Amino acid sequence: MTDLSHHLPALQVIVPMLSAPLVMLLKPRGLARAAATAASLFAFAIAIAMTMGVLDGSTYTYRMGGWPAPYGIELGVDRFSALLLLIVTGASTFALLAGRRSVDADIDESRQPLFYAAWLLALAGLLGIPVAADAFNIFVFMEISSLASYVIIAGGSDRRALPAVFKYLIMGTIGATFYLIGVGLIYLMTGTLNLADMELRIHEVGDQKPILVAAGFITIGLALKAAVFPLHVWLPNAYTYAPNAVTVFLAACSTKVSLYLLLRFDFFVFQGNLAGHDVQFTYFLMPLAVLAILIASGVALFEQNIKRLLAYSSIAQIGYILLGASFVTVAGLTASTVHFFNHALAKGALFLAVSCLATSCVGLRLSDLGGVAKRMPWTAAAFVVAGFSLIGIPGTAGFISKWYLITAALEQGSLGIALVAVLVISSLMAVVYIWRIVEAIYFAEPSSDLSAVGEAPFMMLAVTWAAVLANLYFGLAPDVPVTLATSAAETLLEHLP
Amino acid sequence: MSGSDLILLALVLPLVGAAGIAAASRIGDNAREATTLLTAGALAWTVWSLVPELMQGGRPSLVLAEVVPGIELAFSVEPLGMLFAALASSLWIVNSIYSIGYMRGNNESNQTRFYIFFAVALAAAIGIAFADNLFTLFLFYEILTLSTYPLVSHKGDAQTVRSARVYLGVLLTTSIGLLLPAIIWTYSVAGTGTFTPGGILEGKVDGAAVGLLLGLFVFGVGKAAVMPVHRWLPAAMVAPTPVSALLHAVAVVKAGVFTVTKIIIYIFGVDFLFAEPSSGWLVYVAAFTIVAASLVALRQQNLKRLLAYSTVAQLSYVIMATAILKPLAEVGAALHIVAHAFGKITLFFAAGAIYTAAKKTELHQLRGIARRMPWTMAAFTVGALSMIGVPPTGGFVSKWYILAGAFQADNYVAIAVIVASTALNAAYFLPIIFIAWFLKEDSPPAREHGEAPFAVVLALMITAALTLAFFFFNEPVLELEGQLVRTIS
Repeated sequence: MTDLSHHLPALQVIVPMLSAPLVMLLKPRGLARAAATAASLFAFAIAIAMTMGVLDGSTYTYRMGGWPAPYGIELGVDRFSALLLLIVTGASTFALLAGRRSVDADIDESRQPLFYAAWLLALAGLLGIPVAADAFNIFVFMEISSLASYVIIAGGSDRRALPAVFKYLIMGTIGATFYLIGVGLIYLMTGTLNLADMELRIHEVGDQKPILVAAGFITIGLALKAAVFPLHVWLPNAYTYAPNAVTVFLAACSTKVSLYLLLRFDFFVFQGNLAGHDVQFTYFLMPLAVLAILIASGVALFEQNIKRLLAYSSIAQIGYILLGASFVTVAGLTASTVHFFNHALAKGALFLAVSCLATSCVGLRLSDLGGVAKRMPWTAAAFVVAGFSLIGIPGTAGFISKWYLITAALEQGSLGIALVAVLVISSLMAVVYIWRIVEAIYFAEPSSDLSAVGEAPFMMLAVTWAAVLANLYFGLAPDVPVTLATSAAETLLEHLP
Repeated sequence: MSGSDLILLALVLPLVGAAGIAAASRIGDNAREATTLLTAGALAWTVWSLVPELMQGGRPSLVLAEVVPGIELAFSVEPLGMLFAALASSLWIVNSIYSIGYMRGNNESNQTRFYIFFAVALAAAIGIAFADNLFTLFLFYEILTLSTYPLVSHKGDAQTVRSARVYLGVLLTTSIGLLLPAIIWTYSVAGTGTFTPGGILEGKVDGAAVGLLLGLFVFGVGKAAVMPVHRWLPAAMVAPTPVSALLHAVAVVKAGVFTVTKIIIYIFGVDFLFAEPSSGWLVYVAAFTIVAASLVALRQQNLKRLLAYSTVAQLSYVIMATAILKPLAEVGAALHIVAHAFGKITLFFAAGAIYTAAKKTELHQLRGIARRMPWTMAAFTVGALSMIGVPPTGGFVSKWYILAGAFQADNYVAIAVIVASTALNAAYFLPIIFIAWFLKEDSPPAREHGEAPFAVVLALMITAALTLAFFFFNEPVLELEGQLVRTIS
């Protein structure tokens, strides 16, 4: 057991976490960014290594200090968590590689080491949640990631980020507290914090009422953190006023981690133990998912600021993920988990393209972007192709999600047909809101002098196009995400009675 | 080269050509146009090279990838697809010659972008023609929609962008809203979407569901322009005329009717559909489209819009012929895809020639124009006669087979509609011919002009000649599609 690969789950969190204080000390120009990028790349490599490991059929279990569970701290990585680790580290790495111009524009050079340190802490927290196997450590990582996220969102020069972050902080804290109350109740009744142990011990609890209350608190708390409609109000402004690099990072992965936890907790701990819980789960989430899909897409139709437009689109896409999960079937959960990955790809690429646009456009409202495609052809083309993925045009990653989701919905009988209609309508709404932007950047009359507008820096474009090409690659060869998602779905369903 | 290599080559060639066009444009316009012509020629050669194997009963195929289990990116060549690919790729050569004359003659901007997306659209058309399953077909169908958007919105002014929005809106709404659910439905009940002689749905769906699924497919394939999803076609007329000619008279619209025909023959199966009363509505919807579109065409004053509505009507001939579900009618449908392509591309070429030489677009401006542009109007006349179905033009042959099929099925609605629409076609085409040839020009003339540039006239003479030739030499197509009939009956 001295094999290094055995330590990967621990390293996954430790690398960014210990790099954070180090990065803070790197005052010379550019060094902090380089070190943060290196740490993030290293974490990405670890995630890829573990993904390859779990694809070969192994699962990682790690006992901190050699203490056996449930007494010691246990870490574990299976196919579902590997998918999340891949998304989080990938998003952070892409955002950092492309983010130089955005961070330089938004943050004083003297404060950059602190900013990057906070970034790495957010990364460590987001990675800790999928890795941790017990409810309390998950809470600790959740707090680390949230506090660090507040810092990097508000770290920019845009003062409007402050009220946005304040709102996020209040709502996020309520969410975390609800989660903690729920975990506390379960601990009270079962005396354990380890998720696997909890699953076994809830059987032994005579009075199920506190468990039910705990399930309610945990679901609501996590739904708040995951921006599940109607608990999404913190999200649009937080995404809009954050520095562009931060938006790329967080939009691709932060809500997904909470969704992951929501699914994991619910299926591992509650589904098997509470009578009729699967039905409650379905009837609670499905209407919310449908409302999220329709209302958030509807808002996006009329939004003028393209960052906020895409933020509302994210709320709708969270609805897709919940809708798939609410079927509680293999097909539905596969659709849902594969959409974790595909939506991260599409939205990440779109926000990368937006940050390219931001390098030289006067603003990010539709009226500011008239005709910029002529000056920034590569950026504009990247936006269009990433938009195709969001819409779900065949040949892109988004299509794979849509295919699975519609297939899963068709299994649901006559209710399914109505849900297919919802999915179709929201895809068409996506066509409209993406095309509003496309028409603006290609055909609208410039509102100001565009002679100073030029193409984004090479590195930024290269990273953006790498993300765009990933959308195409995973649209035609989606083996890895589909395999991970399918077995994630199977793992979740194993815990049903 | 083996059949599967040829398929791959046919798919890749236009894309390589598109890259070549971009590269060659840095050298100069002539190099760029030469690249286009070269690509078109090479593509046509590649596609035609597949014919011998097919004639001997071979079915070349190619599996590129298995995207997810059960869903492959796969191609195979069968008679109907062969016909469509050969048609699109051969006419691309003629259309490229025409484009050169037209785009230069009108000093159009962004010509490089125009040629690049044209090549991509052709690649998509070939992909549709050779698709072996519904997923592959849908992939290329959407690529065709998206790659033609920059061609339709070419001019870039507010009016054009609005029309292009209608174009994209209708095509994407129908394909995502109806076609995609229909495809996924098919996969989930049949477990496959592979085009199989005899169909894959027999015993998998029954009763009203068959009619519903057929409806999702027919209206989901918006490119077939069955009313009420035809609005995109007149909207697409804002594009430069070479786009209207090759894409919106041949590649895109034929991709639509081809897709519907292919789905009826290879997904539903002709016999299954014939035995299922809930599918009977299709003949009537197509019949309605033929008559209604012809009536609308009668009222058009703009030449290109008139031609667009005429296309809507003619496309539904193919749909109706397919929906008659009798072997002779299926042959008629295939023949009509070819005959209409030759005739309509000639008409569009002529309309574009008139615009290039005289800047005229409205019918009433055409008085006496044949004296200044005799070649153009002669070609126009041939095209118009083919639309009406007068011998010796190609349109007569296909109409003959469709009528024969209708008699075979005792489908009197179809017969009546064909007769009525022939009269309507005559009613809107003959006046144009009369005005152009026999009326005196307004005096003084608004503008002195002669014939359009040579490349333009050459192209339209070629297609007019093809229209006439198809009356006499339709044997190869009959032989090829005879195979189709043997597989389905």
